[in-house]
Amino acid sequence: MSAGSLNARTAVELEKMLASGEVTSVDLTQACLDQVEAVDGSVKAFLSVDREDALAQAKASDERRSRGESLGPLDGIPLALKDIVAVTGQPLGCASKMLENFVSPYDATSVERLKAAGAVLFGRLNMDEFAMGSSTENSAFGRTSNPWDLDRVPGGSSGGSAASVAAAETILSLGSDTGGSIRQPAAFCGTVGLKPTYGRISRYGLVAFASSLDQIGPFTRCVEDAAIFLDAACGHDPKDSTSLPDQKTDFRSGMTEHKERKWRIGVPKEFFAEGISPEVRESVESAIRFYEESGCSIEEVSLPNSTYSVPVYYILATAEASSNLARYDGIRYGHRAEGATNGIDLYYQSRGEGFGEEVKRRIMLGTYVLSSGYYDAYYLRAQKVRTLIRQDFDEAFQKVDCLIGPATPTVAFRAGEKTDDPLAMYLSDVYTISANLAGLPAMSIPCGLSPEGCPIGLQIISPVLQEAEMLAVAKRFEDAHEFSGLVAPDMKKGGSAS
Amino acid sequence: MSSEEKIDIDRLCVLARLSLGEEEKAKIGPQLERIIGYVETLKEVDVEGVEPMAHAIPLKNVLRKDEASDLVDRDKFLRNAPASRAHQVVVPPVIEG
Repeated sequence: MSAGSLNARTAVELEKMLASGEVTSVDLTQACLDQVEAVDGSVKAFLSVDREDALAQAKASDERRSRGESLGPLDGIPLALKDIVAVTGQPLGCASKMLENFVSPYDATSVERLKAAGAVLFGRLNMDEFAMGSSTENSAFGRTSNPWDLDRVPGGSSGGSAASVAAAETILSLGSDTGGSIRQPAAFCGTVGLKPTYGRISRYGLVAFASSLDQIGPFTRCVEDAAIFLDAACGHDPKDSTSLPDQKTDFRSGMTEHKERKWRIGVPKEFFAEGISPEVRESVESAIRFYEESGCSIEEVSLPNSTYSVPVYYILATAEASSNLARYDGIRYGHRAEGATNGIDLYYQSRGEGFGEEVKRRIMLGTYVLSSGYYDAYYLRAQKVRTLIRQDFDEAFQKVDCLIGPATPTVAFRAGEKTDDPLAMYLSDVYTISANLAGLPAMSIPCGLSPEGCPIGLQIISPVLQEAEMLAVAKRFEDAHEFSGLVAPDMKKGGSAS
Repeated sequence: MSSEEKIDIDRLCVLARLSLGEEEKAKIGPQLERIIGYVETLKEVDVEGVEPMAHAIPLKNVLRKDEASDLVDRDKFLRNAPASRAHQVVVPPVIEG
């Protein structure tokens, strides 16, 4: 595959090629499917792919276009989906044995909107079971590899989503982010990953993990592609009572409007404390210098309570999860244990057999912090510290337009390195969690490579609803560097040339 | 609880309706104790007078009309049921007798 292979291009490039008739969606979709065939045996980003369905969607897109009825910039662009959103007639398993044979009876609202924009939705991407994990090693169906170094993890929980984009198996992918599950794998795999403001994208049809934190977002190979995704996916949904009232959602032109601004950029000093690796620090500091040289003012800010974000998160997220996952009882859908003689035993056994270890650990932890006698000490206290974390951000945003810092403390770690130490695994989300707790939009863009050749992510966190400006900040860095359209080097051999 | 206190894992299994094997209990129990020990750091934060935050966006309760719709087709829905008969989900007996 040459650098110009269709499957390695960005949606922005392909939009023009499709419009001019230089390529068809069928060619493009076929190129992605061929790349899956060529490399996914080693990357293992996909749990399943319905090739016929993908090609049928591509054909329908080409037919629309030939009638002059193109649906916009996403029409005909392949977009792969994390195994956590519902697509009518397709499997939905959350990489869990609990939902092994589940077939979605309806579309998630995000899926409905992306379909309406003409995207070719395909594949079920691997993830940590029920989105609980930071390495995609908690999948019941085997781990996904990082396309940059197959011995390393792609991050998680949306590891398949990040890996599929980095390996040029798709143009775009969809993931979900509860504590960093988009930004951390995006950083590890050298892609753009964006978590919108809480409530921007409907959660209807997204399997619930921690409902007050979960948010859907894109993985892309350039910043503008993320804007295109948001333009299609955002908007109010009466089926999700936490979805925001209709907002102006033209992120793509909004991003361009903000282009020339000289931002006041805050650098949270807590993000450079103990635990950050030298190569990540160096790369992020050089990105900060870039912004300074481009005319922005840089100011150190403090988010003192963000140091508590990991403990707050593991109380609140597990509490919400223990409640959300009570629905998996072996009755209406999901795994049912054989041989239970009464209803109660059926619950115990079905759940014991269907859930993997990390899911069980979190259900137990969430049950504990909500149980009588401990509720005030853990759950209520964590909710109060959550308020303090949000107030720190509010205060910082009085002085600055956005915050930048590392997305992760280290580059992608090796598979197996943290599997026996849940706490060490949890700490890999130390810089991403606070944006979820505060409901803020945040993204990771590639900003460098470590001496070993592993991608490093720069995180940008913006005030509520300021995605357009956040995208503009990201775009300025991207325009001045070589990281746009990044595909892992070893993944360039598969696939078909354009 | 203080961090020295042991977690009663059997009681948690009952509350969570989750059966764990002996090996799992032996592994998960100490891990939970370590995680709980770690989250105890929250005790050092002064939360006097701070309002708890359940949600990032201050949304009021949203109501809609209670109207029937054909959101999910019954047969499609039942296809995911582990056992069904005559448009109903089959379950083990829940009343002893």
